[in-house]
Amino acid sequence: MSIERDIVIIGGGPAGLAAAIAAREAGVEDILILEREKELGGILNQCIHNGFGLHTFKEELTGPEYAARYVERVRELAIPYRLSTTVVDLRREGDSTIVTSVSKADGLTEIQAKAVILAMGCRERPRGALNIPGTRPAGIFSAGTAQRLVNLEGWMPGRRVVILGSGDIGLIMARRMTLEGAKVLCVAELMPYSGGLKRNIVQCLDDYGIPLRLSHTVVDIQGKERVEGVTIAKVGEDLKPIPGTEEQFDCDTLLLSVGLLPENELSKQAGVELSPVTGGPKVSETLETGVPGVFACGNVLHVHDLVDYVSEEAAAAGRNAARLVLEGAPAAGKPIPLIPSGAVRYTVPSTLDPARMEGDVIIRFRVGRNLRKAAVTVSAGGRELLRRKRPVMAPGEMEQIALKKEWLTGGETEITLDAREEGEET
Amino acid sequence: MAVRELICISCPLGCPLRVETDGAGKVTAVTGNTCKRGEAYGRKEVTAPTRTVTSTVLVAGGQSPVVSVRTKGDVPKDSIFAVMAVIRETEVPAPVALGDVLAENIAGTGVDLIATCTVGKREE
Repeated sequence: MSIERDIVIIGGGPAGLAAAIAAREAGVEDILILEREKELGGILNQCIHNGFGLHTFKEELTGPEYAARYVERVRELAIPYRLSTTVVDLRREGDSTIVTSVSKADGLTEIQAKAVILAMGCRERPRGALNIPGTRPAGIFSAGTAQRLVNLEGWMPGRRVVILGSGDIGLIMARRMTLEGAKVLCVAELMPYSGGLKRNIVQCLDDYGIPLRLSHTVVDIQGKERVEGVTIAKVGEDLKPIPGTEEQFDCDTLLLSVGLLPENELSKQAGVELSPVTGGPKVSETLETGVPGVFACGNVLHVHDLVDYVSEEAAAAGRNAARLVLEGAPAAGKPIPLIPSGAVRYTVPSTLDPARMEGDVIIRFRVGRNLRKAAVTVSAGGRELLRRKRPVMAPGEMEQIALKKEWLTGGETEITLDAREEGEET
Repeated sequence: MAVRELICISCPLGCPLRVETDGAGKVTAVTGNTCKRGEAYGRKEVTAPTRTVTSTVLVAGGQSPVVSVRTKGDVPKDSIFAVMAVIRETEVPAPVALGDVLAENIAGTGVDLIATCTVGKREE
């Protein structure tokens, strides 16, 4: 079957829902959301803990409640969606993008779209990417898999647990497994700091007396059929295990919470250029990728720690895609590259075109190390455009600044975004 | 006099707090905070800490085996496991709608347990 749509949104999680709502509110009628699961809401459905929406709704919601607010709005606006539908191919053809999806209900469908919004989210870094020695018994799960088993399917993956990696999902699962009667023996983190949010360290580990071992990693897994034990060891500054520091835990389960990777297989098929730092597409200030008419938002673009910012970013992508559909491509000037400097690892977007900017553009970024008494500066051609003080900055907390159109002349060759501690050399 | 050391979670700053209490458990000093919210957090954490409990409850005849739940408001921190004991013994029939009260005054906390998602009836 072959159909046409103005905007196709790939993914019905928080990013896809917010993008769809914003595109409809901006005046585009002909929208289709494609979701591979049986329900809208994406990963929020298994994130049953609270703390979502403080920024957007000024109240603390659980993941399913946060998702429900957007799903309800999608239904009010009668935005069409297809569930249990997987996108298998994405390609550019002439002035449109062809999305090929497959589902039991509709079979193979080719959808010709004026604009496509990528909102596929991210996936967990698997064990295979880690080089942990030892055997390969049952009982090793990514934290998100364990979360799905416990929260959606009602199964407990184990009773005595060691967690490697202190990402937020690992911390949340330490508490969740404890509440369900498991004993979480420790959380080992390779880095000298945790990648998780502070409130999660306090409320998921400290509340239950679960030790967090910084600068530690798993050096051995025992057990043939099922995990019987895990050995951790301290690592030096070179992140290599220090002999003689090994500590053994008898356990039946090892959870891995060692990072998230944007899921961009489809983007690559369409020829979208990815950033080696974020693993997500390189985008302009409109969140359009290098492939015209293909936008990206949410965790497929770069991994977020707060869903509120996913919704905000996705709404911007939805509005920009709507503008493209309704008004055609805006007259382009010259895109200026945004260059990360100092402790800044990356910026989203990675280019800015002042000719196309409408009002403020939000620049989101992360630093690569912990900073105290830091300053964030934006400069171009020796001119400082903005300076903001930040008492603390951490790799686990995404930062953002707003850049105003009137600050730019359009003649800049590059814009630098820098973060460093007070008194630190340039 | 007793001293508790805490990390403030009111904002990303994460100030290290030192909360001093007298023999009767009354807070006499909070130090290390850089704002008023930090002081309030330190006082509450030491005198009457509370948490929202989130979990899942079994559903009979539902489209999914469990429904996600939370306490409608905060409960005292030391009642978390009593709340969990009730949650583990609770089973509700499908359908369940978001916001439905699944247990009233759970574990005597004065707080209700509510569903945080909707689970439809399984079609036979």
